[in-house]
Amino acid sequence: MTTLTIDGVEITVEPGSTVMQACVAAGKEIPHFCYHDRLSIAGNCRMCLVEMERSPKPIASCAMPAADGMVIRTDTPQVKKAREGVMEFLLINHPLDCPICDQGGECDLQDQAMAYGRHFSRFDEGKRAVRDKDVGPLIETIMTRCIHCTRCIRFADEIAGVEEFGAVFRGEHMEIGTYVAKAVSSELSGNMIDLCPVGALTSKPYAFVARSWELRTTETVDVLDAVGSNIRVDARGSEVLRVVPRLHDDVNEEWLSDKSRFAYDGLRRRRLDRCYVRRDGALRPASWDEAFDAIAAAAGGLEGKQIAALAGDMADCEAMTALADLMAALGSPNLDCRQDGAKLDAASRASYLFNTTIAGIEEADAILLIGANPRWEAALVNARIRKRWRRGGLKVGAIGPKVDLTYPCRHLGEGPQDLATLAAGGHAFADVLKLAERPMLIVGPGALARPDGAQVLAHARALAEATGMVAEGWKGFNVLHTAASRVGGLDLGFVPGEGGLDSAAIREGAGSGAIRLLYLLGADETGLERPEGCFVVYQGHHGDAGARVADVILPGAAYTEKHGTYVNLEGRPQRAYPATAPLGEAREDWRILRALSARLGTPLTCDTLDELRARMAERAPALAAVGEIEQAPWGDFGAAGAMDEAPFASPIEDFYRTDPITRASQTMSECSAAFVAADEAEGGASHG
Amino acid sequence: MLRDSDRIFTNLYGIQDWRLAGARARGDWDGTAALMAKGHDWIIDQVKESGLRGRGGAGFPTGLKWSFMPKEEAPGRPHYLVVNADESEPGTCKDRDMMRHDPHKLIEGCVLSGFAMRAHAAYIYIRGEFYDEAVALQAAIDEAYDAGLIGRDACGSGWAFDVYLHRGAGAYICGEETGLLESLEGKPGRPRLKPPFPAAVGLYGCPSTVNNVETIAVVPTILRRGAEWFAALGRPKNTGTKVFCISGHVNQPCNVEEEMGIPMRELIEKHAGGVRGGWDNLQAVIPGGASVPLLPKSICDEVLMDFDSLMAEKSGLGTAAVIVMDKSTDVVEAIARLSHFYMHESCGQCTPCREGTGWVYRVMLRLIRGEASVDEIDLLWDVVGQIEGHTICALGDAAAWPVQGLIRHFRPELERRILAAKVGGGGAAEGAAAAAA
Repeated sequence: MTTLTIDGVEITVEPGSTVMQACVAAGKEIPHFCYHDRLSIAGNCRMCLVEMERSPKPIASCAMPAADGMVIRTDTPQVKKAREGVMEFLLINHPLDCPICDQGGECDLQDQAMAYGRHFSRFDEGKRAVRDKDVGPLIETIMTRCIHCTRCIRFADEIAGVEEFGAVFRGEHMEIGTYVAKAVSSELSGNMIDLCPVGALTSKPYAFVARSWELRTTETVDVLDAVGSNIRVDARGSEVLRVVPRLHDDVNEEWLSDKSRFAYDGLRRRRLDRCYVRRDGALRPASWDEAFDAIAAAAGGLEGKQIAALAGDMADCEAMTALADLMAALGSPNLDCRQDGAKLDAASRASYLFNTTIAGIEEADAILLIGANPRWEAALVNARIRKRWRRGGLKVGAIGPKVDLTYPCRHLGEGPQDLATLAAGGHAFADVLKLAERPMLIVGPGALARPDGAQVLAHARALAEATGMVAEGWKGFNVLHTAASRVGGLDLGFVPGEGGLDSAAIREGAGSGAIRLLYLLGADETGLERPEGCFVVYQGHHGDAGARVADVILPGAAYTEKHGTYVNLEGRPQRAYPATAPLGEAREDWRILRALSARLGTPLTCDTLDELRARMAERAPALAAVGEIEQAPWGDFGAAGAMDEAPFASPIEDFYRTDPITRASQTMSECSAAFVAADEAEGGASHG
Repeated sequence: MLRDSDRIFTNLYGIQDWRLAGARARGDWDGTAALMAKGHDWIIDQVKESGLRGRGGAGFPTGLKWSFMPKEEAPGRPHYLVVNADESEPGTCKDRDMMRHDPHKLIEGCVLSGFAMRAHAAYIYIRGEFYDEAVALQAAIDEAYDAGLIGRDACGSGWAFDVYLHRGAGAYICGEETGLLESLEGKPGRPRLKPPFPAAVGLYGCPSTVNNVETIAVVPTILRRGAEWFAALGRPKNTGTKVFCISGHVNQPCNVEEEMGIPMRELIEKHAGGVRGGWDNLQAVIPGGASVPLLPKSICDEVLMDFDSLMAEKSGLGTAAVIVMDKSTDVVEAIARLSHFYMHESCGQCTPCREGTGWVYRVMLRLIRGEASVDEIDLLWDVVGQIEGHTICALGDAAAWPVQGLIRHFRPELERRILAAKVGGGGAAEGAAAAAA
């Protein structure tokens, strides 16, 4: 431990701390712009200058390591003067256009100018103007406002792994940019907006939309991938205007993927805000009673096994609990939450969790990716792997599509054969895994959502056991999900019951007439054509693939409009809260199911959210401890047998368009055009 | 006055052969292996005892700097000697003549200094504009390799030593110690934060020492003639000889090696043929390259040319580039030109220098014609004070000092111009501009 004196008070800090950290520990606020605790130290803004005994010049506290016996002063006239001086320099070429700046009200420069600056200007010369840069559809640049803190450069280099930003020119002509004009091709680029301490980089979709103080904030979780990023949804009236990340060190740190951040405009487009019933071949508006009557009429006289239900990728656990109970009451064993047909084994929790946890990636020293493209399937998991890689000593190998993951990755092959070869020790990477102290593997959806998925799972388990991935205190077997509902659905047993049909069989049964009533709970990725002779109910919030094939549409609530529980890929249940009311006549999904169950004559026993959550915990005890991960015991899973020859392929063809919300989002289509389509046109495969 | 027998740079003017044969005739490469045989620490101790202070401008004791290097080479972390030959300080041209007329002094210095700090490689970072000098130096390096003076067994000492020459691309900031390291690594020349100092984390993250050409080039002679000889020259704590570059309004601008502590007047009158129009025509002298504050004639009359004497006059020896300005000089415009230089050469990395140098230049520009208020002189003083000492590297200080020197010694002249511009309107301003032209 290191002991130093700050403003006359002795303080002891961890070795390796900086003077700034020591000052903060001593309760002193140190103003700063360039310093950010998740980025490397630049020390260039000079705002954090403090006095150090025996040093003729003030020191940059963010960069100076704390040492025993240091005597630091943060409250002297010299320090005050140094701060005023730096503040003045920062402001002389800053446009002071706060009234028309989107950063206004949440601007570091504004706040610190108030706290540490002089309240007048002595600068009488002309101000500098800088040409704005076009860096893509997400980030608006007003480069005249830039204070050259280089946070964006360091984020792009270090966290996002795209060395596209840099500082060009010198002195007062220094500019931040991409040098050759191009969009910043990172799925994490939006974080630069948060990092920018001024209004130089702001959100393009949010430009001139609102002032920060007009917004009502709701702390909730994201469902556009399975990471369960903690977010804050900012709304005004009934409209979501902004989504920003919230700090959660074990999940998303303080980052957010662009999809989760910018897809919110999809919440306003193509929404289902009332019931529809198909009459004479066309969907026509209807009342709740008419819709329920139509469903009751279709369900009348059907046997349980003629009824089936599929849960979609954004279904909350409450709705899945209600639907599972309803299906049980109707006597149907045909239900599935794996609409992509992933051969996940609900019987063994360890077989479908990301067992090491996301934070646990930082302990791994060798990683094998099997049919996974984490950069697109779970961008923040990929960022965590990159973070671990940057620390050094991590080896990554991949079987599956060859993609740029932002860190070096040894490509070991394309498909199951290569997995078998590796398992048999036929590849040098097998030794890497065996020699590693904390090896782990990540099985992606590309390896499981295929007919031989269960066999791949078994091979992966065998490989994990053979290479010492499963040991005391370490389970290096991970499954990468893309659906926010998936782990919750498996935990709740939203899978075929005794003799029940799985998603592929349900789809087939609907076509063949074996299934007469199909209930889609937000299931849009089933690939289902409108089946003859099967009555389809779609409950959800967007007019997407599921609604197109439906006979009755029940308008549900999107994730920003309801109370819900989502279990992320680690098995961490987290609560979502409504930021706005459901649109139009839409209702929270579990309430719709509760009402429908009464109309069908099999009323659910839960009348309130609390009762339903109690029932949910009965079905899946792991869901009771919100925010906690219950460790799953290791066991037997997967199916023995041979694997196919087909290579693994990621189910995500376009990072920006994966679900009904993103498909409805204009911002996401612009991103898709700018990044994915442009990439394909170039014939490159930088993403996937 | 320095005796010819005490001169280190005996071919400073290029009269003799600069190649290996000529260098050997002047005594270079004589018994180098024997000096190395006395050990790493002996060399460092000798340099310490000689009192040699860094010749690049800051005047830090060289032996002490070398002793910061680790005593043992850690596995995978070789030591490096880096020679700063990016001589860009306006008014300075000493390293240039050393490299083109006496390159072997530098190369032998590299071997001995590098050996002392347990380095097996030296990188000489030469200013891009020094094309002929780079060619000469490279030829000398090749000769030294061919003669076995450097290479796998340098001078037969058993110590492997390589010398690499790297040409810069002409940025002043790349002459800053850590900016140079960045540039040498192929990155933009933006100075690094210190600590860690280069002796701990330097070139490619390995322990490194960066020294000026002259510092390294005098080492062989110090070791041969003894630390006492060097220490006996000059004044206490300001020992040895120094190459002065005298330019500006003198009758014979020149580079000359002289004893430290020589009176400025003697230096100018003996070696540079005196001030144009006589000593009384002197207005001011910048004694150590563009970055140090200028001195008015009254101080120049008596001041001695060494680190501490000039420091006492709130100036500095810097690179010992003496820029002489006679009474025909528009001293305000001269300093404004230097302000422009620092604005242009600021790397832009840290706030005070990036923003401040431009501000200072613009105020200076107006002060040339007196288009300012008297308050703005105080504002300028304050602003340069806000730059000085608040930046990552010393370029901020270098930008501040000339302006501080001007205000300290020529404030009446600044006020006179402001007043004249106010009283005479545009006419006086034009008059001042005409005087400047």
